[in-house]
Amino acid sequence: MLDAADGYVTEDGRKIGGVLMEMKNITLRFGGVVAIKDISFDVREGEIRAIIGPNGAGKSSMLNVISGFYHPQEGEVWYQGAKRPPMKPYQVARQGIARTFQNIALFEGMSVLDNVMTGRIRQMKSGLFAQALWKGKAEKEEVENREVVEKVIDFLEIQHIRKTPVGRLPYGLKKRVELARALAAEPSILLLDEPMAGMNVEEKEDMSRFVLDVNDEFGTTIMLIEHDMGVVMDLSDRVVVMDYGKKIGDGTPDEVRSNQAVIDAYLGVAHD
Amino acid sequence: MVQSSQAAGGHVSIPALLQRNASQFASSPAYREKEFGIWQSWSWSETEKEIEALALGLLNLGVNEGDFIAIIGRNRPCFYWAMVAAQSVGAVPVPVYQDAAADEMAYVLEHCGARFAVVEDQEQVDKVIEIQDQLHQFEHMIYVDPRGLRKYDHSKLHQYSHVQEQGRAARDEYFTTLQGRRENLDYSSICVMLYTSGTTGKPKGVVLSNRNIIEASKSSSEFDRLTKAEEVLAYLPMAWVGDFIFSIGQAYWCGFCVNCPESADTMHTDLREIGPTYYFAPPRVFETQLTNVMIRMEDAGRFKKWLFDRYMALARRVGPAILDGKPVSAGDSFGYWLGRMLVFGPLKDTLGLGRVRVGYTAGEAIGPEIFEFYRSIGINLKQLYGQTEASVFITLQPDGEVRADTVGIAAPGVELRIADSGEVFYRSPGTFEEYYKNPDSTADTKDAEGWVATGDAGFFDDVSGHLKIIDRAKDVGKMASGALFAPKYVENKLKFFPNVLEAVIFGNRREECTAFINIDLTAVGNWAERNNIGYASYQELAGHPKVLETIRDHVEEVNRSLADDPMLAACQIHRFLVLHKELDADDGEMTRTRKVRRRIVEGKYEDLLEALYNGSSEIFTTTEVTYEDGRKGAISATLQIVEASVMPMAEQKVAAE
Repeated sequence: MLDAADGYVTEDGRKIGGVLMEMKNITLRFGGVVAIKDISFDVREGEIRAIIGPNGAGKSSMLNVISGFYHPQEGEVWYQGAKRPPMKPYQVARQGIARTFQNIALFEGMSVLDNVMTGRIRQMKSGLFAQALWKGKAEKEEVENREVVEKVIDFLEIQHIRKTPVGRLPYGLKKRVELARALAAEPSILLLDEPMAGMNVEEKEDMSRFVLDVNDEFGTTIMLIEHDMGVVMDLSDRVVVMDYGKKIGDGTPDEVRSNQAVIDAYLGVAHD
Repeated sequence: MVQSSQAAGGHVSIPALLQRNASQFASSPAYREKEFGIWQSWSWSETEKEIEALALGLLNLGVNEGDFIAIIGRNRPCFYWAMVAAQSVGAVPVPVYQDAAADEMAYVLEHCGARFAVVEDQEQVDKVIEIQDQLHQFEHMIYVDPRGLRKYDHSKLHQYSHVQEQGRAARDEYFTTLQGRRENLDYSSICVMLYTSGTTGKPKGVVLSNRNIIEASKSSSEFDRLTKAEEVLAYLPMAWVGDFIFSIGQAYWCGFCVNCPESADTMHTDLREIGPTYYFAPPRVFETQLTNVMIRMEDAGRFKKWLFDRYMALARRVGPAILDGKPVSAGDSFGYWLGRMLVFGPLKDTLGLGRVRVGYTAGEAIGPEIFEFYRSIGINLKQLYGQTEASVFITLQPDGEVRADTVGIAAPGVELRIADSGEVFYRSPGTFEEYYKNPDSTADTKDAEGWVATGDAGFFDDVSGHLKIIDRAKDVGKMASGALFAPKYVENKLKFFPNVLEAVIFGNRREECTAFINIDLTAVGNWAERNNIGYASYQELAGHPKVLETIRDHVEEVNRSLADDPMLAACQIHRFLVLHKELDADDGEMTRTRKVRRRIVEGKYEDLLEALYNGSSEIFTTTEVTYEDGRKGAISATLQIVEASVMPMAEQKVAAE
């Protein structure tokens, strides 16, 4: 099923496109520690792709490779049909890859609106001087960008905290603001690093709904790392399972669930 | 009827008023909604086009004259348009509480036999799909927000904007039909059907005709001299008659602008941004706002607090008089002016009430202190008394005759009568046509001459001639002496004290009145903290001698005010006890909407009630309680019976001759 070059149709009728990003034999080392060992997988357009694994399996490292924060010693990242040269994170962001962080990284003293506006940095082209004078192009740009941001705010239902400083918000809402900032960039791939960590059941349900809605409404490809197995199995189309830096499983949630190596990793069978 | 339709200028339906407004006030704003952080607005002529497109789209979907169309959503222009579009094609809009549980919604939709529903989003679509099997006539659903609905089966599901587009495209085909249907509407056509909340039994569908709505809107607008320049914020449920009158009836009659908040959570910010000139809120909203102000003033700096206290004292003394245009001394007048610059103005602005010219509260009794507070800082807050069956207005307070304890004089066109039993009856052009599919209830409520029983007992105040509502008629009784017994009236007086959470008064067919009282843990706990009074539990605090002393002071104060009123002087409380537990819905002592179930309390605490009348000074009791998870337990306590002094009453007078 995954061999079809032009994608497949999911059970609930969503059309998944061709391969958007491909990781080929990625190995990442920190000195003597091997964080990621020869991992390959692909991400298709419009898909919700999850990476799961126990603590220290190398999930966040993988995400950091994708976002250009780490550079693998071996292997290639292919994006939109071309091999990607080593890039700085901001260059990756310009290619349309946005992310959220495991530990929220927002500007605490700034309002929600301003935080989300920073997500539009890629679309701001006017120079410092024009911005300072607030004339012509700068003003027009701001208005356009604000419109996009307001749509995101509406989409994520955070109108009531628009002007509230982020520092005063509860954790669940901060997570949502971070998602809003990533969405404001109108990314083609959205990387979510544990979007539901530390949330209660209700907040998780809300967040799951938003993730599904984002995928459904904007057709955004989503890659997420998550600990909560229930959430992962419900949300994602395909799952990569990592353990000790190695890929031990890859497939639909059902396939992964019945994979012996995965069961062993989660139940804690002794490693050789 | 001929006369009254002429009085309405020949505009005998809401769609007719819409056409009038679209030609007379073409470019003035009719609706505003905050969306994407900006107030989007629609002029009257744009509104007419939107409504016409939707009406044509409804014809395209096959809406017949006399069909019922359910409207389920929060206050948004598109839903107001849907109501008027439904009327334009001869259908009847039925707004439904959007937070109603699925089975409540099923009852309403099945009872009216709705063929169509206009709903807000996925949540409402899901709810209607869930109950669809129980609905025999239901066919099509129109939703506003497409989010999450892409994958749904769209054979009977339509997006609002698509329905409008199809309507625009088929304009040539259906326009004559639309015009014909609009012309068929007259004063006796059904304007809207609203379901009463149903505290007793199943909800009843109140059928209101164009005559009801337009006459009520017209006379009430004239009463308060409302103009096309008013601004209102539509935030109360659309299924409630008040919202229909304010946001459709009066808005279309006067041509003023209806503003819809961005979401329920942003209501307060939106209120400040719009600064309505005409405002309605139930007492609870005013109470919460006042509490917030007071808490923030407690935390304010010393100078600000001093300024606030000083000018509020002045406002309390002269504010209401100034508002009523009565003369005050030059010094006070200057002081009040200064206060307005320094305190009242900014405060009103913070509350979002800076521009309010006419404000109303209704629904339940408002505490006199709360009422006076708003009036003293110059907000023209008044009370009205009404119900769905009357198209809202039964009585209103005219400017300059506002009092906290009355509900005003008969609204224009309303006749009032007080029956021998003390129950208030009215007759007016706004009186409803019937309860839908319920001739028995209609006959019970409305007699052949058109008099409607309100179910409330009241009397006319001797001095002002205003109506005073004392209680639900079925709770009103007589004391052994024959004097009027109105428990709710007395209980409300007690509940206006922050320390008293609940009170239950007994005295029907007895010699003397007595009371059970629940203390308010927040207020009393706060007081205890400030006075270094330690306590381990609610029960201990409730039985503390100092608390009992405070409550006794409150009771005696109520007695003093009751003694001034010859009709209710007999209801003074001779003895009371403070209950060792809060009355709770889990124990069946209250309804879920926090109304005391008098009979059940009376039965459950029979021993306590007996002790109040047999001269004991204390009583030991054990009470079963239900915990939130359903487990049962028991608590026991010894309760003190406290005597309160009563005032000698003036000569007795029997209820409402």
